[in-house]
Amino acid sequence: MIASGYNYWMAMALLIVGLYILMSHANMVKKLLGLSVFQMAVFMLYISLGKVRFGTAPILDSSITVYSHPLPHVLILTAIVVGIATTALGLALVVRIHEAYGTTDEDEALALDRKPDAP
Amino acid sequence: MIGNVILVDIALFAILLAAALGIAHTRSLYSAAMLAGLFSLTCASLFVVQDAVDVAFTEAAVGAGMSTVLFLGTLALTHSRERVTPPTRRVPALLVAVGTGVLLIYASLDLPPYADPANPVQQHPLTERYLQTSQQEIGVPNVVTAVLASYRGFDTLGEVAVIFTAGVAVLMLLGRLRGNAAGSPGTAPAGGLQGEHRVLRVVAKLLMPFILLFALYVQFHGDFGPGGGFQAGVIFAAGIVLYTLVFGLGHARAVVTPGILRMLLPLGLLLYAGVGVATLLLGGAFLDYNALSPQDPVQGQHLGILLVEAGVGITVAAAMILLFYAFAGRGARS
Repeated sequence: MIASGYNYWMAMALLIVGLYILMSHANMVKKLLGLSVFQMAVFMLYISLGKVRFGTAPILDSSITVYSHPLPHVLILTAIVVGIATTALGLALVVRIHEAYGTTDEDEALALDRKPDAP
Repeated sequence: MIGNVILVDIALFAILLAAALGIAHTRSLYSAAMLAGLFSLTCASLFVVQDAVDVAFTEAAVGAGMSTVLFLGTLALTHSRERVTPPTRRVPALLVAVGTGVLLIYASLDLPPYADPANPVQQHPLTERYLQTSQQEIGVPNVVTAVLASYRGFDTLGEVAVIFTAGVAVLMLLGRLRGNAAGSPGTAPAGGLQGEHRVLRVVAKLLMPFILLFALYVQFHGDFGPGGGFQAGVIFAAGIVLYTLVFGLGHARAVVTPGILRMLLPLGLLLYAGVGVATLLLGGAFLDYNALSPQDPVQGQHLGILLVEAGVGITVAAAMILLFYAFAGRGARS
């Protein structure tokens, strides 16, 4: 029973660390790094679900009979490329926020917004 | 045998956990970005252990290559030092994270046992369709490519559209700086290693054709081995990024001009959607490649997959290079 779920639990541990980085840090670059960790943990969980014991990569060959499930691979490989595109969008927003506020810290940016004489 | 695999798994996860905690702990954002690169590369190794070679390929190219470069590019434009996170932020976040963890562990008790051949996902009729019938229907040994480009072609079209949209959005945010005409021909090439690191320059120049050739191999060999448009696009972009890092943005822009890239970005998506429209006009369903060659449906599938993967490769490569240019160009002007 303990060995049956160890792979899921390790992915979940990474997911928790990612979530913690995402929520605790005020720095927006750090938040995006946390989001990447979180994202990878989700991918890991997905791929784990397709794995089968003694299986091999789903590239068919007459000498092999057991393959891992190809569907999670398809979904995750496109998700990785979409992930980098959206991360880049987030980073672009961080750069623009830095140009407007002079900081990448969300608390400092919000404090500037709350100042009555803010431009 | 199984015991060894578990040991490898646990060792890789230990590295991942250490890297993730390192990202959480360090206040130097440069270190955190490099740790994220290490994290991605280790993830790729773990994907290989779990038989997901196509995913590992993508992750190694995207996570360890492009993503790290984009994070470093952002840090070059902003601050690389984080201020101390106060306990008022740390404690609630920790509570929520631990609470989520407890819920997840509770939910994981309902998951089927890891890697068991009797799992629902392995018993589902779709599994047999993909792993057995696909040989008669599509005739592509790499099932991941068959599912990606044919069975779930509509889904993949959506993903390419997302990449296109993200690319356009980043260009709108970072593309132009209030009509500043920097980067026009005649300005000095920005960045790059001018006159120094001769070994690096020579090696980069020698490697360039091989990287681009490898990208083309990955693009067209994706039917028979790990690879395809997504991986090839990112590897092609990584080659151009290497060139830019070593020789400067000006030289890279002279070789691969942003104008051409801006045309290629929608071209790939249009090629993909165009194949769908062509199958409609030929009397089939949207993206039903059998209609491309009614006498020999398998031939039609091959042609459809080739065109669609080419579309994916073009859009992904153009988007990645444009993303990098946008970040690098911002730095060169300010």
